[in-house]
Amino acid sequence: MVGIVGYGAYVPKYRIKSEVIAKVWGEDPDRIKNGLGVHEKAVASNDEDAATLAVEAAKIAIQRAGISPKKLGALYVGSESHPYAVKPTATIVAEAIGATPELTAADLEFACKAGTAGIQMCMGLVGSGMVDYGMAIGTDTSQGRPGDALEYSTGCGAAAYIIGKDAESLAIIEDTYSYTTDTPDFWRRNGADYPSHGGRFTGPPGYFKHVKNATLGLLKKMNGKVEDYDYFIFHQPNGKFPRAVAKMLGVPNEKIEEGLLTPHIGNTYSGSSPLGLANVLDVAKAGDRIFVTSFGSGAGSDAFSIRVTDNIKNRERGKPASYFIEQKEYLDYATYAKYRRKFKGM
Amino acid sequence: MKESIPLTWRKIPDRYRLLGSVCKNCNGYYFPARHVCPKCRRKGKVDGYQFSGRGRVFSFTEIHAPPAGFEDQIPYVMAIVELAEGARCTAEIVDVLSKDVKIGDEVEMVFRKIQSHDPEGLIHYGFKFKKVKK
Repeated sequence: MVGIVGYGAYVPKYRIKSEVIAKVWGEDPDRIKNGLGVHEKAVASNDEDAATLAVEAAKIAIQRAGISPKKLGALYVGSESHPYAVKPTATIVAEAIGATPELTAADLEFACKAGTAGIQMCMGLVGSGMVDYGMAIGTDTSQGRPGDALEYSTGCGAAAYIIGKDAESLAIIEDTYSYTTDTPDFWRRNGADYPSHGGRFTGPPGYFKHVKNATLGLLKKMNGKVEDYDYFIFHQPNGKFPRAVAKMLGVPNEKIEEGLLTPHIGNTYSGSSPLGLANVLDVAKAGDRIFVTSFGSGAGSDAFSIRVTDNIKNRERGKPASYFIEQKEYLDYATYAKYRRKFKGM
Repeated sequence: MKESIPLTWRKIPDRYRLLGSVCKNCNGYYFPARHVCPKCRRKGKVDGYQFSGRGRVFSFTEIHAPPAGFEDQIPYVMAIVELAEGARCTAEIVDVLSKDVKIGDEVEMVFRKIQSHDPEGLIHYGFKFKKVKK
C-alpha cells in the first residue's frame, strides 16, 4: 500500500470580501454571502501565479517528509491556471525545489480535480515500484468573469502531497475510486480570459451526481459506511454545495467543518479539496479515518479513503495551513482588479 | 528593461533556490556563488552551497520610481538581506510596505515572479523574502 509521506499548503495573504465585490455590481451582499456561503476569498499578489503558489506548498511538503527533493521520481502539477499555455509548470516547480533532473514531470488539467488526479497517478507509480516518491500538486489562481457569480468564489491557493510507501506514511491511502462522465457544466476555450458555465448543469448533473456516486462507489468497493470516518472533505466550489452533499449522504455537519475552507479563502479549484485535506491532517490523530471526494467540472470525482498513522507527528516539521489562512490583508475592488489583471491593456 | 533569456537560464539555480557557495578553508559563505574564495585565494576549497533561505533585514528602502517593467508593482520594498549563514543579497520584501519593516526583522525566502510584463515573453521567476510571522 501507499500513503502520504508529506504534505504542504499555501494560501496567499490578500483577501477580498464578498460584500465589496457585491457593492461594485449592485448585488445584495447578504444574498450573495448566504446564497453562496462565501464570506471572502484569497487573492494572489501581482507577483504570484499558480507556479509560485505550488512551489511554496511543495517546499513545506518536502520539509514534512524529511526527504531530499532529489528522491522524487515524479512530479505532477494540476491546475486550470497554468502560467503558460505551452511550457510546463511542473519543470518550474521541480527546479525551484531542487528535484531536477532525474524525474518525470507533467502538467495536468481537469478543472478543480487535477490535483487529486495527480495523487492517483503517483499512487500508481509508487505502488508499482516505478518510483520511490511522487509529488502531486493542486494549485490555482483562477479567474471569474467580472460580475459573474464565479467572481465571488474563485480563490487562489495550493496544496502539495508526497506519495510514498505505507511504512513511512503519515496517512495511508487505503483505496481510491473515480467516477467520470462528459458533462457540459463548465469550460474555458483556448485563449479565452474567463470560463463559461452551463447554468443548470452545475448542480445536480455536475457536482452532486459525481460527488455522490464517487463517494458511494468507494464505500461500496470497501464495504464501508459513513460512520467509519471521522472527517469528510468534499470539493467546495462554494460554501453551500459541500454541506448539501453531506446532507444527502447522511454525513453530519461536524465531520465536514474542519475541511471546509471555501467560506474563508474561496474555491481554490485544483487546490480546493487538497487544501481541505491538509487542514484536516493538521489536526487529525493517529487512527483517524478521513474520506476525501474531489470534483472537477467536465466532469469527474476522485474519492479516497485515508487512515492517519503514528507518523502524523512529523507534521510539526512544516507550517500548518492555518499559518497562511490566518495571515490576511483586505483589498479594495480596484487593487484586487489590478492584482488579478482585470484591466484591459494590462 | 527586458532581460535576456540566456541570462535568466544561467541564473536559475541561484534565483530559484539560493544556490551559492562556501569556502571549506575559511568557512566563508558566498551569494551569488564564487568560484574562487577572495580571502583564501589559491588555498581556498570552494564548493556549492544550498542556503537555508532564512535571514534578517540588514537595510531597506521603498521604491516609488521603478525601473521599466516594474511600474505596476510600486510602492514596493527592496532590502539587503543578511542570510543566516552570513552572505548578503539584495531582494524585494513581499506583501508589505516600508512602514511594516524594521532593520533586523526575520525573513524567509519565497518564490515569486520577478518580471512577466511581456504577455508573449518568458516569465522570470526568482527569490524574494517575506517577514516571518511570530
